[in-house]
Amino acid sequence: MERYFQPEIECAPREKIKAIQDERLVAQVKHVWDNVPYYRKKMEEAGITPDDIRSSDDLHKLPFLSKADLREAYPYGLLGVPLKDCVRIQSTSGTTGKRVVAFYTHHDIDLWEECCARAITAAGGTDEDVCQVSYGYGLFTGGPGLNGGSHKVGCLTIPTSSGNTERQIMFIRDLNATILCCTPSYAAYLGETMKEMGLKPEDIPLKAGIFGAEAWSEEMRHDIEKTLGIKAYDIYGLTELSGPGVSFECSAQSGMHINEDHFIAEIIDPETGEVLPEGTQGELVFTSIDKQAFPMMRYRTRDICTLTREKCSCGRTHVKMTKPKGRTDDMLIIRGVNVFPSQIETVLLNKGYPANYQIVVDRVNNTDTLDVQVEMTQEMFTDNLGEISARQKDIVEGLKSMLGIKAHVSLVAPKSITRSEGKAVRVIDKRKI
Amino acid sequence: MDVKQISVFLENKPGTLNEMTRVLTEHNVDLRALSLAEASDFGIARFIVSDVLDTVNILKEAGYVSSLTSVVVAEIPDEPGALNKVLQIFTEHSINVEYMYAILGSKAGKAYMIFRVHDTMKAMGALMTNGISILDQEALAEL
Repeated sequence: MERYFQPEIECAPREKIKAIQDERLVAQVKHVWDNVPYYRKKMEEAGITPDDIRSSDDLHKLPFLSKADLREAYPYGLLGVPLKDCVRIQSTSGTTGKRVVAFYTHHDIDLWEECCARAITAAGGTDEDVCQVSYGYGLFTGGPGLNGGSHKVGCLTIPTSSGNTERQIMFIRDLNATILCCTPSYAAYLGETMKEMGLKPEDIPLKAGIFGAEAWSEEMRHDIEKTLGIKAYDIYGLTELSGPGVSFECSAQSGMHINEDHFIAEIIDPETGEVLPEGTQGELVFTSIDKQAFPMMRYRTRDICTLTREKCSCGRTHVKMTKPKGRTDDMLIIRGVNVFPSQIETVLLNKGYPANYQIVVDRVNNTDTLDVQVEMTQEMFTDNLGEISARQKDIVEGLKSMLGIKAHVSLVAPKSITRSEGKAVRVIDKRKI
Repeated sequence: MDVKQISVFLENKPGTLNEMTRVLTEHNVDLRALSLAEASDFGIARFIVSDVLDTVNILKEAGYVSSLTSVVVAEIPDEPGALNKVLQIFTEHSINVEYMYAILGSKAGKAYMIFRVHDTMKAMGALMTNGISILDQEALAEL
């Protein structure tokens, strides 16, 4: 039976959702115009005033915000309320340039946690559940977000944060954790460690996992579901918008419902900025419509995906986004071809290799080189050199047909690729361009 | 009658073989024979020890992937033509040698060869009927 945290909103008729969006967007634009000079200037430059925004149909008239704007306005330039009304900051890892520092009022934290509570409930969580939050706590939004959501649902919350993997497994067993929240790469690592400890999926009480904060493939989902004996749900979010919970997966596991009473999503052509029709792949753009401290107007996420309003079997009416194919900043351009790390992961998992891999890109004699490092496993090893070379060649061919370019595959020693407790480091780009 | 050889996956870069021998030294493992096979970026270290199971556990503990392979160890006279004779027997019986290497022994006038063949049983039978001694795990320990 499908559970909802707020059925009256999550399953509301489309007209009702549109009415909420229209009303909130108009108010949000006015709030930004009055309180965020940085964005007001952008609107003035575009020749529009709040009067031009009468409903969500006028959204496309508003100028975009990009990561570059966030950098320029750092740290207080996009603040929508006096600092004394803010109660929290969170920050990104800063892996792609300068950190983003986001501000929250009580209200903002409340709506963020509500979004996470919807995600936990959609994964089957109730106040009977024990929810272990193994996302990092601190500036990273993963831990605090799911922690708050878990409280709202009424789960007994275990705030283990990341790291100390054996202890994580001990807590899961001793305290009967039924729901696990962490990054997918950490979930895979937990599964690997369990196997090493001689534990089977039936030895742990987990039934569901909520995994996000990095791109992961459908194959990796199957892998995690099998090793942990759970149903694995995807969750999506960005610090700029609040954190995890901007969208989340339901029992259908076929895309993530966007919390449309808080965020309006659009898909645009990343080149022209033009809004694309439903079902077309493009860059995801979000507008917050209910935020006080850090409102985001048409924020370009650089995530590539598609949106669908097709009726979902779970009963929710909010629009669904596909698993992002990867962030445009995760995307590698190698010899002119777009390559996403998730595509490489798909090939490896399909061929029975674990999801421990690293991609090293370099430029030798003006030509890009792509080296995929894969860990040797006991199952794949044989005394026969020719057989191993044939397997290596098989991966090269699999990558060639997936990516359209030739990659070099290196088989490396087991455990030689560093395990991540948070977001996995998949790509090392040594090119100096 | 056959001997279990241990094969270990190693990355082909400086220090990896040394790291493995360091681990084995730490546990007092006595290598009776060692051979390396290499592809471009990885290799396989193949070796013979007297205590196979202990050594496999030591390697596993240290994080190596390894496998056991059946090989045939033949005792032949340490003189010209001895190896040729063995290989001729293999040829006559259509036995294909995948790889071979030598083992260190201290018996005067004797040499020991390790053969990896596609059909271990057939090879052992052929050698025996032609009067060539085959060493088993125990006999190896006494060399």
